[in-house]
Amino acid sequence: MERQSLSNQQDTDCEIKAGFENLVHKNVDGHQELFILIGGVHCAGCIQKIESTLAKEQDIQKARLNFSTRRLSIGWKGDKARANVFVDLIENLGYSVKPYDPKTERDDTEKQDRFLLLCLGVAGFAMGNIMLLSMGLWISTGETMGHATREFLHLIAAVIGVPAVMFSGRPFFRSAAKALRHGHTNMDVPISLALILATSMSFWETFNGGEHVYFDSAVMLVFFLLIGRYLDFKARKNARSTATDLVSTLSGFAVVFEGGKAKRIPIRDLRENMIVQVAAGASFPVDGILFEGATSVDTSLVTGETVPREICKDDKIYAGTLNISQSVKIRVEKAAEDSMLADVVRLMEKAEQSQASYVRLADRAAKLYTPIVHTLALGAFLGWLFLCGVDWQEALLIAVTVLIITCPCALGLAVPVTQVLATGRLMKNGILLKSGDALERLSKIDLVVFDKTGTLTLGKPILFGEYDDHVLQKAASLASHSAHPLSKSILQSFNGELLDIKNVQELAGKGLQAELERKVIKLGSRNWCGGSINSNKEDFMELWFREEGQEPIRFTLKDQLREDSSNLVQALKDSGLKTILLSGDIQNVVQQVASKISINEMYSEKTPPEKYQILESYRNKSHCILMVGDGLNDAPAMAYADVSMAPGTAIDMAQNAADIIFMGDKIMPVFETYQTARLSQKLVKQNFALAILYNICVIPIALAGLVTPMIAAIAMSGSSLIVIANSFRIKWNS
Amino acid sequence: MSVLLYLIPIALILGFVGLFAFLWSMKSGQYDDLDGSANRILIDDDQDDENSLEN
Repeated sequence: MERQSLSNQQDTDCEIKAGFENLVHKNVDGHQELFILIGGVHCAGCIQKIESTLAKEQDIQKARLNFSTRRLSIGWKGDKARANVFVDLIENLGYSVKPYDPKTERDDTEKQDRFLLLCLGVAGFAMGNIMLLSMGLWISTGETMGHATREFLHLIAAVIGVPAVMFSGRPFFRSAAKALRHGHTNMDVPISLALILATSMSFWETFNGGEHVYFDSAVMLVFFLLIGRYLDFKARKNARSTATDLVSTLSGFAVVFEGGKAKRIPIRDLRENMIVQVAAGASFPVDGILFEGATSVDTSLVTGETVPREICKDDKIYAGTLNISQSVKIRVEKAAEDSMLADVVRLMEKAEQSQASYVRLADRAAKLYTPIVHTLALGAFLGWLFLCGVDWQEALLIAVTVLIITCPCALGLAVPVTQVLATGRLMKNGILLKSGDALERLSKIDLVVFDKTGTLTLGKPILFGEYDDHVLQKAASLASHSAHPLSKSILQSFNGELLDIKNVQELAGKGLQAELERKVIKLGSRNWCGGSINSNKEDFMELWFREEGQEPIRFTLKDQLREDSSNLVQALKDSGLKTILLSGDIQNVVQQVASKISINEMYSEKTPPEKYQILESYRNKSHCILMVGDGLNDAPAMAYADVSMAPGTAIDMAQNAADIIFMGDKIMPVFETYQTARLSQKLVKQNFALAILYNICVIPIALAGLVTPMIAAIAMSGSSLIVIANSFRIKWNS
Repeated sequence: MSVLLYLIPIALILGFVGLFAFLWSMKSGQYDDLDGSANRILIDDDQDDENSLEN
């Protein structure tokens, strides 16, 4: 019977792998083209492996992996179905392949990126060329340069400058227009005003033989502001909205049995009472009841339980859990949209909405700043016009100078530059920061909530204790035929050569069995192997090995705590933060872990909605919360928390919900990131102070009419440079 | 100052060449994957050109 189920499994595996040909389209050259997302890529070696493996195929025209977006584009001539072969090749290398759905991916951020870069490039070009001309104008006087030459140079400057400002100023004009339409101002309104006024005034002067034009100032303004804008944009990688999570869990295919025949349909079309086949190693796409077969299920990503559950007919199964040992059939209980998985995602959407109210420090500064600047500029204009009786050109000039010199360049750079540098520094330590805002929020926390499995622990059981080498060899060789996490750990802990064992049978609920040297060997549960019933400490998992005619031997496995967890908790406590352990696992286990690393409070056996509610109750007591988690059961709480972190081994959904992801086996990065956040916040405040100090010094001078727009632009750039230099101090403190 | 009559256009033309070079490099996607380009320098290209592909 096992033999039959194996071949069935192979058939459905083939069917499950097929389907990528539906995503192939023809590009302009008439070639077939496919875009897919690759998971598990982390270095140049991965790029080379993937690209060179595909290059060996004769019909491939192009295989290029975009490292930043993890998107692989493949181009070939010929049959669409070749797509599945290519996908197979990549999966055999050990990478995961997911369909690329343009609707869920951030195509618009790529467009925005290019747009800003384009504006920046044009502004840079214009600035360089206008400066070239301006040099002559600056060092000359009425005697050294004749009227005609001066007007000629003005004209060329105008021809370059006006289109350049109109083109490159678009990000500011658009943003200012949007704000004004809604009836309020933002930082871009005074900028746009300054640009338009300076440019139009200079334009007017050019055609009226005026003495001074300020195209160079205007373009320089645009250039530096765009640098700040671009850095800010790069630092703010958009956190994916949970809507895309739901779509991605519903995308993909499932095998349905109808009238005895297997059919592949999209997961989102699954309905109640359909019979779905789930292969070993695949996750269950929907909530259901086991219909045929028996298997073990890894529920750790959903409940945090480390020990896989044995299930048999009529047991409940939840979407998102992993089918470990055998292919089974389930009867769908709820459509994919109604599964617990979907509920979790909806909970996350709800959490996201409560986040929207956080206003970034930079935006708050802008709200204060713009009315003041406008009033000053207007005041300068009117004051000089009426009180001092100069002509409108001069008054306007002074007003423009005030606008330029108070320009929020420094303010606009204060935050993004610090955040970009902090992000870079964290990345060197294997910490991925998704958006600069996370740093701001992280610096304000007073409470840290930890999940247990996979977060404080490594999430995989590790073999414990001393065992005879021969016994371990036989056990590991048996174990290599199973995907059960406990078997995998035994396999991993054995470094020698494996024996070649044929005809290994995996019996659900019992274990692995085979014949070696005419003796039956078994690796599996205690009862089946005849192990004695002794007291099993709660946090040990066990696997028994029995060779015919010998005593059964017990392998103990433990989900180990990360080695620096107690150091981390101590460091957090020393910084005055409160720590909480929030887990779905059973009480005894959670209690042991909490006392071992001295976490003050703990909650056990909590479901995802309960985790969310606990966080809610703390929020209502005005705590600012950092949540560290890795599984499905943590995702809603993570989305709700003020700031969240996930280890690199977390599931996709948790990684999406997290603001910060840290790689490696250590958990100290949580503290390192917290320290970096505090430091960067300190630097941001210093930068703001510097910017304000600068403004206080220069505004009176500008108001007194002692500054030309050119000097104003230079001063403004100077202040930006000082702010940038100050931000670099983040690199000195290690 | 008559020298300006041809010096300035030359300067501007050079500037435009620079601008077009930038625009071309952007359109041909050289800014799309900065992390990837940084990592690719570490790849060993021991294989023949038969195996390498056009982008």
